[in-house]
Amino acid sequence: MSALIIRRFIQMIFLLIGISFIVFISMHLAPGDPASIIGGPTATKADILGIRQRLGLDQPILVQYWNYLVGLLHGDFGVSFQTQRSVAAELFTRLPNTINLAIASVIVSVIIGIPAGIISALKQNSWLDVFSTTLSLGGISIPNFWLGAMLILVFAVHFQWLPVGGLDAPFWTLQGFKEMILPAITLGTGSAAMIARMGRSSMLEIIHSDFVRTARAKGVKERVVIWVHCLRNAMIPVITVIGLNFGFLLGGTIITEQVFAINGIGRLMIESIGSRDFPMVQGAVLLVAAIFVFVNLVVDIVYALIDPRINYD
Amino acid sequence: MTDILQIENLNIHFRTAEGSLSAVHDLSFSVKKGETVCVVGESGCGKSISALSIMGLLPENGHIAQGKILFEGTDLLSLKPDQMRKMRGNKISMVFQEPMTALNPVFTIGYQLREPLRIHQGFSKKQAHVKGIELLKQVGLSLPEQRMKQYPHELSGGMRQRVMIAMALACHPQILIADEPTTALDVTIQAQILDLINDMKEQLGTSVVMITHDMGVVAETADRVVVMYAGEIVEEGDVETVFNDPQHPYTKGLLASVPKVEGELTQLQAIPGSLPNLGEAIVGCRFQSRCPFAMDICRSQAPPIYEENGHQTRCWMKEGESIADNIVPS
Ligand SMILES: Nc1ncnc2c1ncn2[C@@H]1O[C@H](COP(=O)(O)OP(=O)(O)OP(=O)(O)O)[C@@H](O)[C@H]1O
Ligand SMILES: [Mg+2]
Repeated sequence: MSALIIRRFIQMIFLLIGISFIVFISMHLAPGDPASIIGGPTATKADILGIRQRLGLDQPILVQYWNYLVGLLHGDFGVSFQTQRSVAAELFTRLPNTINLAIASVIVSVIIGIPAGIISALKQNSWLDVFSTTLSLGGISIPNFWLGAMLILVFAVHFQWLPVGGLDAPFWTLQGFKEMILPAITLGTGSAAMIARMGRSSMLEIIHSDFVRTARAKGVKERVVIWVHCLRNAMIPVITVIGLNFGFLLGGTIITEQVFAINGIGRLMIESIGSRDFPMVQGAVLLVAAIFVFVNLVVDIVYALIDPRINYD
Repeated sequence: MTDILQIENLNIHFRTAEGSLSAVHDLSFSVKKGETVCVVGESGCGKSISALSIMGLLPENGHIAQGKILFEGTDLLSLKPDQMRKMRGNKISMVFQEPMTALNPVFTIGYQLREPLRIHQGFSKKQAHVKGIELLKQVGLSLPEQRMKQYPHELSGGMRQRVMIAMALACHPQILIADEPTTALDVTIQAQILDLINDMKEQLGTSVVMITHDMGVVAETADRVVVMYAGEIVEEGDVETVFNDPQHPYTKGLLASVPKVEGELTQLQAIPGSLPNLGEAIVGCRFQSRCPFAMDICRSQAPPIYEENGHQTRCWMKEGESIADNIVPS
């Protein structure tokens, strides 16, 4: 296990360096000059040149990247072009909202997806199964922003049960909980649908496997056959889906945070792209990538815990 | 000796996309206490599903259309699901063909071995553990304490089959059904597993229903043989009688296809032709299209069972003989 963690850590460093390069280059090649945005409409040519010099944008791009990378390796994410504040500080004030949202939507997707998948498999071809598979097909196809808008319309505007947006109260308070409900459902629905589909097919496969027949032949109670013998095996592929989905969820926060006006990394990214705040965008992308790699490591560890055939050492 | 298991006129049907399929037709045989009955026949003749119906474990699309399965006089088919569950692994056990997939990959051997003991005998975890180690020793596994902690993937096929046998015999069942327990194993391991089943049977007095398509296995283990063809019994009798004096052309074909070299893997495909389509109504004898001796009556009417001294044969040729027998004044 520790071998896996070390290996992954080394992989992660190289991966993040690669990502930083791609993001850096693509940001700098994209049209739009941060200096003229900072300078504003009244800035003269000389003003803009001065700004470019101050930001180091006048140097060759590879030199700029090298300086950035050296900074990164020292734990320095740079300074925002817009606010002059440290990128790291800005990212870490925004991070909790995004993490909370992502975790809440994973919880939503697991709470809905796993039981739906299992019930579908156990009652194959019943109306419950048809209902659940139809719903999950819908869940996969509905775009986030539309679902979010509809939920706001119904539950926040029409019934006024839940707030329209924002994620300002701490999540452990009632207000924080209420604020979280709609964004988490918006973001978690697609993932819940995928988990339900995966759970159903994997459960169906396991139910018909030889070792389940063996368990029945031993006189194991049907309840135990399903919840002990089948479930643990059926969860193995489902966990992959949950892990992969976490990546999509992080991506999905960009839209969801926008729809619900949540001050998270996603929204920060959109704002920073708009203002060509290169260091901020780069930092945000790197942070998200690091989280994704970390989550995948957790998934691999969970794998080894539930499937004894997996041995990383 | 008393019959411990009696199967009477068992008919098994399957619902399939093409309609109903009669997979087993009027199957009747019985198993005495301490006896080994071999059920033999080629692939698809209904051996496994007959065994599964004794266990009450038919696939969802199968059902027993008619018949009785009497275990110590009670009809298993009349039991409630939970009563039947308490029989499984306790009074009647089963070992399957595929040891590689028959054990749950995510639980230890110990966990899986303790299960029947805890369910049926009410053992504590500790008691079951001690008994489990003893069982592993009994089935000839080395380092039983260590095995208890291992997972199935850490054991070879032969070792897993030994674990399966230990599990099946944990509660000293009256009947052990072994569905081709050696087919998936190496030839040398096959003989060991058969010996083990024979030994355990002697020790515990368990009756064995051994399913196989290997006449070599029959010769090695059987007291009595049931030969099945296309869902029906075509011949049944003592192993000596059937081997020395086979009556049904199918049995003769099976025996003729056994290579004489000892220990050689035997295949039954030596009889030309294939099984009839069980989804269609079958007119006449089921073996008729492959039978070298087929007569007109074989094509129009299904043969009845003829019996001589407990040796049963389902073949029209016996009709002529029994007439001849009758003519001979006694
Ligand atoms: N789930 C099922 N659905 C439909 N038909 C089935 C099903 N299971 C078995 N059958 C039918 O029952 C027949 C007998 O199957 P069974 O598994 O008992 O054969 P077998 O004698 O054990 O063969 P083998 O030697 O290959 O194990 C098959 O020909 C098949 O057509
Ligand atoms: Mg079979």
